[in-house]
Amino acid sequence: MSPTLTDAAPSRGDAADGLSILESRKSAAETFGIPLAVLAELTHRCPLQCPYCSNPVELERGGSELTTDEWKKVLTELAEIGVLQIHFSGGEPTARKDIVELVQHASDVGLYTNLITSAVLLTRDKLKALADAGLCHVQISFQGNEPVVADRVAGLKNAHEKKLEVARWTRELDLPLTVNAVMHRQNLHQLADIIQMAVDLDADRLEVANVQYYGWALKNRAALMPTLQQIEETSRIVEEAEVRLKGILAIDYVVPDYYALRPKKCMGGWGRQFFNISPAGKILPCHAAETITGLDFLSVRSNHSIAWIWQNSEAFNRYRGTGWMPEPCQSCEFKEIDFGGCRCQAFALTGDAGNTDPACALSPMHEQIFKTAETEASHGGDRFIYRNFAGGTVETGGEYGS
Amino acid sequence: MAARTRNISVTGTSRPLLPRHAKLRFDDTRQRWVILAPERVLAPDDIAVEVLQLCDGDRDVDQMVDLLAAKYVADRAAIASDVIAMLQDLADKGFLVEAREASA
Repeated sequence: MSPTLTDAAPSRGDAADGLSILESRKSAAETFGIPLAVLAELTHRCPLQCPYCSNPVELERGGSELTTDEWKKVLTELAEIGVLQIHFSGGEPTARKDIVELVQHASDVGLYTNLITSAVLLTRDKLKALADAGLCHVQISFQGNEPVVADRVAGLKNAHEKKLEVARWTRELDLPLTVNAVMHRQNLHQLADIIQMAVDLDADRLEVANVQYYGWALKNRAALMPTLQQIEETSRIVEEAEVRLKGILAIDYVVPDYYALRPKKCMGGWGRQFFNISPAGKILPCHAAETITGLDFLSVRSNHSIAWIWQNSEAFNRYRGTGWMPEPCQSCEFKEIDFGGCRCQAFALTGDAGNTDPACALSPMHEQIFKTAETEASHGGDRFIYRNFAGGTVETGGEYGS
Repeated sequence: MAARTRNISVTGTSRPLLPRHAKLRFDDTRQRWVILAPERVLAPDDIAVEVLQLCDGDRDVDQMVDLLAAKYVADRAAIASDVIAMLQDLADKGFLVEAREASA
């Protein structure tokens, strides 16, 4: 649901507000202490078919999902080892019939709960039940500011209207609301209107998240890649809105790394302050990590504790810290700033997760990647490959894939 | 209780409290106070924790300053300006709302 989690570390200190001690250097969080926040992908099932979905191309079927009791046990264990926040995500987390029960259990064991949802399956009663179960925050994804673009991107008719309705219920129930807008070439022209939509919906936060290109988004890169001109315009619009809406709407902006010179500090560093639990219970350094072949990710169904997997498993330790880095990273003065960028992107674009992320200008592949992005942005077709369990369906005129 | 959440200007008569999405709690594992908020965890310092614990939506800022000035036998004006600056900063970031009477 939330490709932004790649970049927007779910918990981060902000030196400016004087409240950053938890994540300061050499703190527990820095030295592989238990993460403050964990993303629980309850299911890969989803009524939407967004072409940039952050789920792996090989989706997990419903039958392999953890049971209600297994998730409850996981939530209890997370709280016991010191995790503070749980983000319920997917797929669509409300596709699980036990979502209210899981939120209630998370509240009972003291976790701060966040629901990252497409909203299209929610009724007012269900949302009320979630609020009563202690839900702390709702994040709803939007694909545009009006139905023509938004429903086409989502691959679902009437999705946009439904989302607006659920967003209004969220505020009526006095739940805080974040609008998550995933941006790409085919909706960036709506950005100013999307910002206004978030204000009109009385949202507390807006995430303006440029698509991150792995998995489904990589398949759809030619249809999604923005132009350099669009990116410059985006930055201008966001900066203007941040000033104008101070105290009204907080805006988090995720820049697309294809047009950057330095790579993003992906997940705050591999296995450094975050993990993700897949629908079948695998503990992953990020939601896209399973795209890297050759790494063995352990599951909560193994005979190891979650804390043991986090601290000791080979997959987490493989790219931790800086010792694994090849040149040009190893001697780079920024190596502890960006930790070499994104391992999934390095794997997707170079075939080796241990290489420098090509988003970095020091990568030998950077120039080529940038050229590809420019070419795709100007010459790529607009047709989507919709995300589904069949490995994707090409968009046909007027139809939304499935 | 209705709460105002947008464009708050903190003054002596404000009655601030944490919004539903910001939870102040003690983290047993790390042995310190934290504020849990959407997509972030904040670690307030000891003074901020003390001020935030006084923010119940009932007390106004003047009363909070009185309590702190008495407790620390400190200059009231200096405490007032520090407390208001800290609360304003939190309010601007969306981590503070202002209680007000429900309109009749």
